[in-house]
Amino acid sequence: MMRGQTHRALVTTLYIVFLMLPIYWLVSMSFKTTNEILGAFSLWPQDFTLENYRKIFTDPTWYTGYLNSISYVAMNTVISVAVALPAAYAFSRYRFLGDKHLFFWLLTNRMAPPAVFALPFYQLYSAIELFDTHIGVALAHCLFNIPLAVWILEGFMSGVPKELDETAYLDGYSFWRFFIRIFIPTIAAGIGVAMFFCFMYSWVELLLAKTLTAVDAKPIAATMTRTASTSGYELGLLAAAGTLTIVPGAFVIYFVRNYIARGFALGRV
Amino acid sequence: MGIELRGVTRQVGGETHIYETDLSLEEGGFNVLLGTTLSGKTTLLRLMAGLEPPSSGEIWFGGVNVTGVPVQKRSVSMVYQQFINYPNFSVFDNIASPLRVAGLSRDTIRAQVEKFAGMMKLDGYLNRYPAELSGGQQQRVAIARALAKDSKLVLLDEPLANLDYKLREELRDELPRLFADSGATVVYSTTEPLEALMLGGHTATLYEGRVCQYGLTAACYRAPDNLVSAKVFSDPPINVTEVQKRDGRFHLDERVSWPVPDSLASLDDAPYTMGIRPHHLTLRAMDDSAVAVDGRVKIAELSGSESVIHLDVGGNDWVSESHGIHPFDSGDTATLYLHPGKVLYFDRDQRRIAH
Repeated sequence: MMRGQTHRALVTTLYIVFLMLPIYWLVSMSFKTTNEILGAFSLWPQDFTLENYRKIFTDPTWYTGYLNSISYVAMNTVISVAVALPAAYAFSRYRFLGDKHLFFWLLTNRMAPPAVFALPFYQLYSAIELFDTHIGVALAHCLFNIPLAVWILEGFMSGVPKELDETAYLDGYSFWRFFIRIFIPTIAAGIGVAMFFCFMYSWVELLLAKTLTAVDAKPIAATMTRTASTSGYELGLLAAAGTLTIVPGAFVIYFVRNYIARGFALGRV
Repeated sequence: MGIELRGVTRQVGGETHIYETDLSLEEGGFNVLLGTTLSGKTTLLRLMAGLEPPSSGEIWFGGVNVTGVPVQKRSVSMVYQQFINYPNFSVFDNIASPLRVAGLSRDTIRAQVEKFAGMMKLDGYLNRYPAELSGGQQQRVAIARALAKDSKLVLLDEPLANLDYKLREELRDELPRLFADSGATVVYSTTEPLEALMLGGHTATLYEGRVCQYGLTAACYRAPDNLVSAKVFSDPPINVTEVQKRDGRFHLDERVSWPVPDSLASLDDAPYTMGIRPHHLTLRAMDDSAVAVDGRVKIAELSGSESVIHLDVGGNDWVSESHGIHPFDSGDTATLYLHPGKVLYFDRDQRRIAH
């Protein structure tokens, strides 16, 4: 009995250690100077510094990257969920010709690599002046986020009996009044999960975001991948930037942690 | 004028859920739709509510054709088998919901909600959310909301099926009274013949998308129009077999026969279908007219005060229901007493022969 528990604890501990090691290394690097990183091997910062973070928060070439990323990610999340809500409702409540095929086709959109779309988007955006705008990137990311949001929301909506809709209509609610006053609050957990995944995929997507921007809407990931600057390799700075990109994701996941499990249980995430 | 279905049918994707139906329920009455699962009870209720459009035919309510009228504009409320309440509304807001939509004043709403919550014994729960209530309480909220709406047509779709028996008995006693006071036409669907009998009023028996019979509940039970209606309205199932009329007697087989009652004497000598309810086929004779029938016991189910015995009688599967505990082993021979006065006779078209 005791042996079994010790084993289990050991396995868990090892798993967590391996999982956290790269993250620890990144965070540890962000508090080191570039010289220390390139110099001797050290497990923790010998010469602790906040200089890297200070630079990011004061230098516009760095912090605008975050602002750009956050603004197109926020736009994308709002657009994706707003568009997906009625679509998911239709899939969950109505039978129409080809509904199942259409629903599956939506999912296949997620399987297409974004690289395929980089060139057509670049061409199109240059022509209609969406190139290097936040909304441009947000719309491009809808390509894979709307299907995902529809997929997730449909699962949550189908968990709500259609008798709820009917009861509302019998009580005299119009469709939109019911949808906004009753239905959306009922599936709030699902909306939270859908928003989280839209946020996450848009936040980590690099290829489209990089291709479709130049200066004004340049995402943080693009700034970060610029490894060398006039002052040589700034590894400490890059590590600090990397650490900061993890923070919003961790923050969002904290709020939806209880609902994510339900999303997984529905087999939709 | 209550609700009236005129030649209503309902097909979904090539499948017929309701065959052509004419049914007229009187205003302010209590009506039961009795039938097994998939007999079309729910579809019929949904057609009456306007939640589904009929494929053909018309639905009239209070002398007005309401066939195409959206549900929001009809005076209908419905209580489902599943406990349907708005999960994000408190009990108070749930009951108040139809009143709010109707645009009543705050004071009126509060008074109404308190009145109906009191009737449904929900006084202490007004600030709770449906998820924090027991199943019985949740269904009470749904019923209170239906009462609060004060509609002219109230549809109850097996409202008590998901409740435990204690609550079910309680609510079953209350329901007809609650809605009778409101003057609404009530339609109540159930799968249980016993429930229909206890509720009273009128009953329509349903079988595979057809209404077999509509009339006073007790009359439907005692004098079913046809064999299907008799089968639907019998639990345990009615025993059906063929009898031969010959020499002024009905012959079950070579040994068992009984005299034809005077009222049926004019019938041709021919085979007829007979039905006898399990509680008229007992282990003890109830009067002198009883005829003994031997059967081989298959299963004996003993409940607290009843014995339900499944037997093989001359190749037919029969069920007998008697008072008291009568243990049998399977394979035993049991003598049953059939009471000819209680037998129902049906002609070749399965219509009951009145006598």
